[in-house]
Amino acid sequence: MNVVSLKQEKSAQAVNIASAQPVMAVVTPLSTTATSASAPKSAAWAATSRRVFEWGLPPVIGLMIFAAIWAVVAALTQGLPGPLSTWHAAVVLFSDPFYINNPNDMGIGWNILSSLKRVATGFGLAAIVGIPMGFIIGRYHFMSRMAAPIISLLKPVSPLAWLPIGLLVFKAADPAAIWVIFITAVWPMVINTAVGVSKVPQDYMNVAKVLNLSEWKVVTKILLPSVMPYLMTGVRLAMGAAWLVIVAAEMLTGGLGIGFWVWDEWNNLNVEHIIIAIFIVGIVGLLLEQCLVLLAKRYSYE
Amino acid sequence: MTTSGLQDRYVLIENVNMTFQTKKGSFQALKDINLSIQEGEFISIIGHSGCGKSTVLNLIAGLLQPSEGYLFCAGREIAKPGPERAVVFQNHSLLPWLSCFDNVYLAVERVFADQESKSQLADRTHAALALVGLSHATEKRPTEISGGMKQRVGIARALAMEPKVLLLDEPFGALDALTRAELQDELMTIMARSGCTAVMVTHDVDEAVLLSDRIVMMTNGPAATIGEILPVDLPRPRNRLALVEDPAYTHLRSEVLKFLYERHAKKAA
Repeated sequence: MNVVSLKQEKSAQAVNIASAQPVMAVVTPLSTTATSASAPKSAAWAATSRRVFEWGLPPVIGLMIFAAIWAVVAALTQGLPGPLSTWHAAVVLFSDPFYINNPNDMGIGWNILSSLKRVATGFGLAAIVGIPMGFIIGRYHFMSRMAAPIISLLKPVSPLAWLPIGLLVFKAADPAAIWVIFITAVWPMVINTAVGVSKVPQDYMNVAKVLNLSEWKVVTKILLPSVMPYLMTGVRLAMGAAWLVIVAAEMLTGGLGIGFWVWDEWNNLNVEHIIIAIFIVGIVGLLLEQCLVLLAKRYSYE
Repeated sequence: MTTSGLQDRYVLIENVNMTFQTKKGSFQALKDINLSIQEGEFISIIGHSGCGKSTVLNLIAGLLQPSEGYLFCAGREIAKPGPERAVVFQNHSLLPWLSCFDNVYLAVERVFADQESKSQLADRTHAALALVGLSHATEKRPTEISGGMKQRVGIARALAMEPKVLLLDEPFGALDALTRAELQDELMTIMARSGCTAVMVTHDVDEAVLLSDRIVMMTNGPAATIGEILPVDLPRPRNRLALVEDPAYTHLRSEVLKFLYERHAKKAA
């Protein structure tokens, strides 16, 4: 739009020169400046509204269709609450998220925090073990050959299958749940880090060789920055999987946590709360993902 | 006597064969390579693509080990890569997460950190970047500068190590013709000042004649070897524009072209 108005101005000036009348020369520029001042304003408004239309509207429509289908299905199914009754239940639930009646009856906030704590612990331990392991496997061919059969054998196993082993070894539910999260999160981190290390461009490794860099310098100045994008992908996959698995793990172990809360509400036949829990798990997962995306951007060299 | 002998054979390649083991079986890339390079000499290796000229350079760098034969640098056998044989890579190979300064500093630190203080190391780095005319871009990342500037940083990194031998692997191959000419002139000036020995792989006939004391012309692979060695006796300093009219230059240029396109023309694949 700006270009167009500029062109108009130019052609207007060209007309002035052609007509060569001093009076016209004063009048026409004034009129063009008046139009060009108002044109960008409406153009900017049009651009903004178009952006809102293109970016904002489709998700809103999508959510509305989703809610509509949900409402229809809920109306046809006995016992399944619709969007409105779920919303009312959520308002009540979130009006007091941090109450403590007794250890077995605490607010939804405590349940979410408790799940997050387990995920953070398991995930942190997995990072401490998995990332260095990935580096070693990616750097040394011997280690990679050594680890290959173990990883390919254990990776496809559902992390929940490790829960009884955790219960047996740790003799408590909470460490067993953390153990399951650890197993969930460790594979993506090991594998992505190892792939990243093995994909470090040969050029960079040649630089390291020609400069005769020490192993420490190779790791800190070449491998780590080069692997970072792969590593962050691994971390994101691990976090996603860990958050998926925590619900199932807590359903089995019980105690305080969003997973057990879902199971508890099922026993109470409070279906609204189950649906709310689905949304909570989704939203928290989304937020975790976004945090890691920001982190990845911060530490990526590109 | 021994020292003068060493000067004449500063880099020595003796009966080198290079065979690669590939999935399709073994492939002999180089056969009977013999070459001795004087101290301070500028050597170009020219040949058609795939003739193993980069392999020769990687052997001198120590990035590859010969299947047979020996390589020496300053009287010592070349066993592994080292900063005394600095390499300017074709695609510059700068670390994209480090600034130009840090890229050069990494090399300087490795070579001189034992004897010098941090500020001396920083001075060296600044001096190397100033030498290639990049004092204004020290804090820029490689992604923020042009291809020619990246290659300048690559050269600065190599020179900052004060190498005995500078190895250049098609250093200007990826640059446009004007930038290439500019950098060739600068390299000539820098080499004249430093007196460093240099081996450059190139496929550019003009570049080879302009920069070299001798041009090593390689036959086509497999089992490529040194076909002829052409001494370039043009006086230095050389001027690109003056040389264009120089019959000696034209003659040398045509000698290389005849080798490449008459005697060892690459068969159509």
